[in-house]
Amino acid sequence: MCLAVPLRVVAIEGTMAEVEMGGVRRRVSLVLVPETQVGDYVLVHTGFAISRLDEEEAQETLALFEEMAQAAREEEDERPSPTAPDGPDGEGTSG
Amino acid sequence: MTQAALRDPVLAQRLAGEILKMAARPVRLMEFCGGHTHAILRFGIRARLEPKVRLLSGPGCPVCVTATADIDAAIALAHLPGVAVATFGDMLRVPGSRSTLMQARAEGADVRVVYSALDALDLARRELQRQVVMLGIGFETTAPTVAATIREAAAEGVPNYTVFSLHKLTGPAMRAILDAGEVRLDGIIGPGHVTTITGTQAWEFLPEEYGISCAVAGFEPLDILRAVRSLVLAIAEGRPRVTNDYPRSVSREGNRVAQALMAEVFTVESALWRGLGRVPASGLAIGERYAAYDARRRFAEAFAGVLYDAPEPPGCCCGEVLRGVLEPTECPLFRRVCTPAHPVGPCMVSSEGACAAHYHYGGAL
Repeated sequence: MCLAVPLRVVAIEGTMAEVEMGGVRRRVSLVLVPETQVGDYVLVHTGFAISRLDEEEAQETLALFEEMAQAAREEEDERPSPTAPDGPDGEGTSG
Repeated sequence: MTQAALRDPVLAQRLAGEILKMAARPVRLMEFCGGHTHAILRFGIRARLEPKVRLLSGPGCPVCVTATADIDAAIALAHLPGVAVATFGDMLRVPGSRSTLMQARAEGADVRVVYSALDALDLARRELQRQVVMLGIGFETTAPTVAATIREAAAEGVPNYTVFSLHKLTGPAMRAILDAGEVRLDGIIGPGHVTTITGTQAWEFLPEEYGISCAVAGFEPLDILRAVRSLVLAIAEGRPRVTNDYPRSVSREGNRVAQALMAEVFTVESALWRGLGRVPASGLAIGERYAAYDARRRFAEAFAGVLYDAPEPPGCCCGEVLRGVLEPTECPLFRRVCTPAHPVGPCMVSSEGACAAHYHYGGAL
C-alpha cells in the first residue's frame, strides 16, 4: 500500500503533472508537492506525487555506498576471495 | 540514481559482511513496513544476516491491520442500493467475518477497484446517479491523498462522493507493540514512505521514551542494508537515536503540505486494529468540517448490524504475525490451508502481507 515509485515529470498543467515510466506517460496530482518542476523526479503513490527526490542526496547515497565498498575491499584484499554473491533479483534465495 | 546501483549484489554482500562484523551481540530488529518485509525476503537479506541480526516483520500492512468488523461494514455499504464502493485492489479478497468484497461483487454488489482515490472521485463525477464510497485504507502515506479528494469534492460540491475512513497512524501502533512487551526489540527499521510524509521527527519518541533506535529506510536492498548498519552501529555504541537512511526522499520535518491537509480533513481518534485491538489515538476519522463527505455519517444504517467483536477465522495467526510474536511459518494454517489462492487471513492476501512474502519468497527459516 505504501509502495511508491520514482518517476520523472515531463509536463505540468495546473495541479496535475505528466510523468514518464518506461516510455509510458501518466497523469499524477501535484497537490501534495506543489513546488515540483518539470524535470524533477517525484515519488508517486496512488496517483499523487508525495515527494521530490533530492538529486544531491541521491548522489551522496551512491558515494557513501561506494566508500563502504572500498573500505570492505581494502580489508578483504588480505583474505581469500569472497563467496559468490546472490543474484540481483535474489528470488528464492532467502530459504 | 539508478535502481541497478542500489541493487549491486557485490556491494550488498560486502555491506552485509560489515554489518555482521559490527554486531557485537545478536540483535533483533523489526521492519515496520510490509514493503520492507517483501524486499528483505525477495533479496535474501534476512537469510544473509541470520542468526546474528534477526529481522522481524511488523504491522505495516494497512490491509492486514484492517479489522474484520470494518471489512464487514465495507461489505454492508456495498450492498446498499445505489451505492458503489471504490477500493484499492488489495482489499477485495480480505475475509470479513462471513464474506469478502469480491464475494459481495459476485452477489451483485457494486464494488470498483481503483488505483487512486482520484479515480473514485472521477467515478462520482461521471455517475451522478450513484453514491460513490471510497474505502480509505492506508497509513500516513495514503491518508493525505484521500484527504485531497475530500477537499476537492467539497470545493467542487460533488454531491455523491464520500469516504469510509479506516486510515491509521503508524506511531501509535509501534507504541502498542512495544508497550505489550511480547517481543524484545533492539531497533526499528522505519517505513520510508510513511516517513516521507511524517518526517523523522515522528520517530523521535523511540530513543527518547523507549531507548531504542530507529533507522528510516528506502526500499532497495542497499537502502535497507544501510539502515540495518545504522541500527547495529547505534546498538554497538549504546547511543539510541533516529537516523535518516533515505535522505533522497525523507527529511526531519516531512511533507508539511500533506501534514496540513491531513490535519484539515481528519480528526485523530482510537481505531480498531487486527492483531492489536483498539489503539488510542491511532485512527483518522473525517472531522466536522468535512462531515458531509463521511460515509459513516451518510450511511449510518450500513453500520448498524456490524459486530465489533466478531471472532477471527479459527486457527488464523495474523494477529500474532502482525505483532512480530509468530513467524508466518509458525502458523498451523500456513501453506497447508492458507495460500494466496485460498487465503484465510489478510496477511496472505495483501501484496505487503508477511505471510504472502514468506509464501512467495520461500522464507521458511
